[in-house]
Amino acid sequence: MEGVKFWRKPLDWEMIQVTRGRVHIFEDRCKGCGYCIAYCPRDVLSFTDRFNRKGYHVPSALKEEECVNCHFCEIICPDFAIYSEEIPQPKEIEL
Amino acid sequence: MNGDVACAEGAIAAGCRFFAGYPITPATEVAEHMAVRLPYLGGMHIQMEDEIASMAAILGASWAGQKAMTSTSGPGFSLMMENLGLGIVTETPCVVVNVQRAGPSTGLPTLVAQGDMMQARWGSHGHYEIIALVPSSPQEAFDYTIRAFNLSEKYRVPVLLMTDEVVGHMMEKVTIPPKSAIRLVSRRKPRGAKARHQPFSADASHIPPMATAGDGYFMHITGLTHDSRGYPGMDAPTQKEMVERLVAKIRTHAEEIMDVEEYLLEDARVVLVSYGVSVRSSLKAMFEARDRGMKVGLLKLNTVWPFPERRVRELATTMDALITVEINLGQIALEVERSAAGRAATDLVGHAGGTIIEPGAILEAIEARCLNV
Amino acid sequence: MKSVHPYDELLRTDRIPHIWCPGCGIGTAFSSMLAAIKESALPLEDFAVVSGIGCTGRVAGYLKLDSFHTTHGRALPFATGLKLGNPRLNVVTFSGDGDLFAIGGNHFIHAARRNIDLAVFCVNNFNYGMTGGQVAPTTPYGAKTATTPMGNDEWPFNLPLLAYAVGAVYVARWTTLHVRRLTDAIREVFDRRGFRFIEILAPCPTAYGRRNRMKAPLDVLKYFEARVRVRHDADPAEAQIDLESPIVVGKFVDRKRPTFLDLWSKRYAPDEDEEVHVA
Repeated sequence: MEGVKFWRKPLDWEMIQVTRGRVHIFEDRCKGCGYCIAYCPRDVLSFTDRFNRKGYHVPSALKEEECVNCHFCEIICPDFAIYSEEIPQPKEIEL
Repeated sequence: MNGDVACAEGAIAAGCRFFAGYPITPATEVAEHMAVRLPYLGGMHIQMEDEIASMAAILGASWAGQKAMTSTSGPGFSLMMENLGLGIVTETPCVVVNVQRAGPSTGLPTLVAQGDMMQARWGSHGHYEIIALVPSSPQEAFDYTIRAFNLSEKYRVPVLLMTDEVVGHMMEKVTIPPKSAIRLVSRRKPRGAKARHQPFSADASHIPPMATAGDGYFMHITGLTHDSRGYPGMDAPTQKEMVERLVAKIRTHAEEIMDVEEYLLEDARVVLVSYGVSVRSSLKAMFEARDRGMKVGLLKLNTVWPFPERRVRELATTMDALITVEINLGQIALEVERSAAGRAATDLVGHAGGTIIEPGAILEAIEARCLNV
Repeated sequence: MKSVHPYDELLRTDRIPHIWCPGCGIGTAFSSMLAAIKESALPLEDFAVVSGIGCTGRVAGYLKLDSFHTTHGRALPFATGLKLGNPRLNVVTFSGDGDLFAIGGNHFIHAARRNIDLAVFCVNNFNYGMTGGQVAPTTPYGAKTATTPMGNDEWPFNLPLLAYAVGAVYVARWTTLHVRRLTDAIREVFDRRGFRFIEILAPCPTAYGRRNRMKAPLDVLKYFEARVRVRHDADPAEAQIDLESPIVVGKFVDRKRPTFLDLWSKRYAPDEDEEVHVA
């Protein structure tokens, strides 16, 4: 889904505080369909050599610092096996 | 009023405020009367697209807290068997009226039979117990419809009112007692913490209390084999526990549910066993036979299911013969024969349907036994 | 501290993981509904979810709301009784294409015609998944299934057109790839009254995809990605699905029509304060 990715940066990019998220994965619920990996707009998730108890290939948040807490993985996951939550950030940018 | 209207009035008296049905002779008058009466009582009548939908709708309404009923005849009764099973396994109180006509299939839509008695017992698949009441007059149609609701609410089971075309269309005086004289039963509600509620957890009575949708119990109800939580359990132990309780729920209360009336049995040698409209022919034949000095009595079955097995067995030990009178070629006669277990002779006076049983035919059967004994 | 999935409060977590195969779209459709229920902030005790039989029918068993898993095809008449028995309830029917449109087709057209106040979500995965992938009334012409091994010779229903024709007041189609739009649509459906219908196209990689060159779960979503065209207010007649043309998704119908209960109360209880919606 190429269209979802940012292809241009807004002019005030530097001033906008992008929400940051943290991904939680319930490995025991995962069935390894790969939807979250394929459709994460920030490519946060990847398959590694991790498998769960049932032998499903589970995702890992290798680039978690890229997560913007959009919740897309959370809704598209058919197995209630992943969600994201916002990481509260200190307000560093003062205008 | 006729038996169909009496049945509808009985339902109203019992507190039924939801009716879903589909037109079919000879049961249509029940629905038509409900359509006239219910809207002005705060209730609702809806004509569904078929009998499958009618049966499904009354189950839904029952879970919404209503006392609900549908009425039909043979072909529609066949269609209801699917969701009757759902009602049994989800323990949903409701009343199904079958105004019997002659089958199989479309059969004789306007003419009487009592050919659905075994379908009432076993028509839906799987093993279960059911309650079926049989009125023999419009007054009984009124009274037994009330009782059908009470039993259904108490035991959480669909209750069948197995009336027939003649009782349905027969006009007779019906006495409607004052409201205060009508005893009504309502389903037991769960108590205690809602979060801990288990929809199919029963005490020694085997009857679980029933919550209503929307009351915050967040219950799951399924036609799959389920445990006390209502969760599907795809294994033999869960099946055993569930089916055995559904059966025990009726069997252990069979004596309270069963209702029979006995006529002139004290000195009788031969007993007629009959139900519904055939009771009327049987009574006529019995009195005629008595006039001619034959010692005959009558066992009138007001509830056919559960079958009064014990009473029939007792009678078989003291009587010479049991003669079952019914408008079919031997259905309840099989139960009588089974219960008698060879202790007495068992006969059937029946035919394929289309008319009532002529008292003369019963009299002949009585004579055959009394003169041969 | 053990982390908790945001939908767990609406799930019977003691029954999760669920029975659906890897990549099955039912879980995604279910997830969208849970998201919409949460967003709606409607009282949870007012929801009653009714499903029929089949893979999608199992949704009722995982939901921690009043939920009814009924007989095959009969979810809608059961739901009708539930709604009319207690008009306060927010009755949702969540079931599959075979359940709602083959064995239950007659009930669908009549519930819509009556405009019973029901939200109906149909997961269409183009075949009977539970029984191993047989042809359904939604299987595209030419598609292979267990009972059409050489290809399907029947034409499928165009569900949005059917729903529109029989009187549904809200008709939309989304896929499980369009989870945001789907969630928004479900959310919107909760704000409407009357017979509301959303068709949710979903992958069934195990039974359908496998026989139609989409074996991996992602293949089906990629197929949706390539073939779907989002068009709002499109003519539902253009929503026919075949193996060649683009698949039209979007909101087709959003109209007002008095519900069965509106008309009933207008006739029998006109003096009550209830707001009567008559267009």
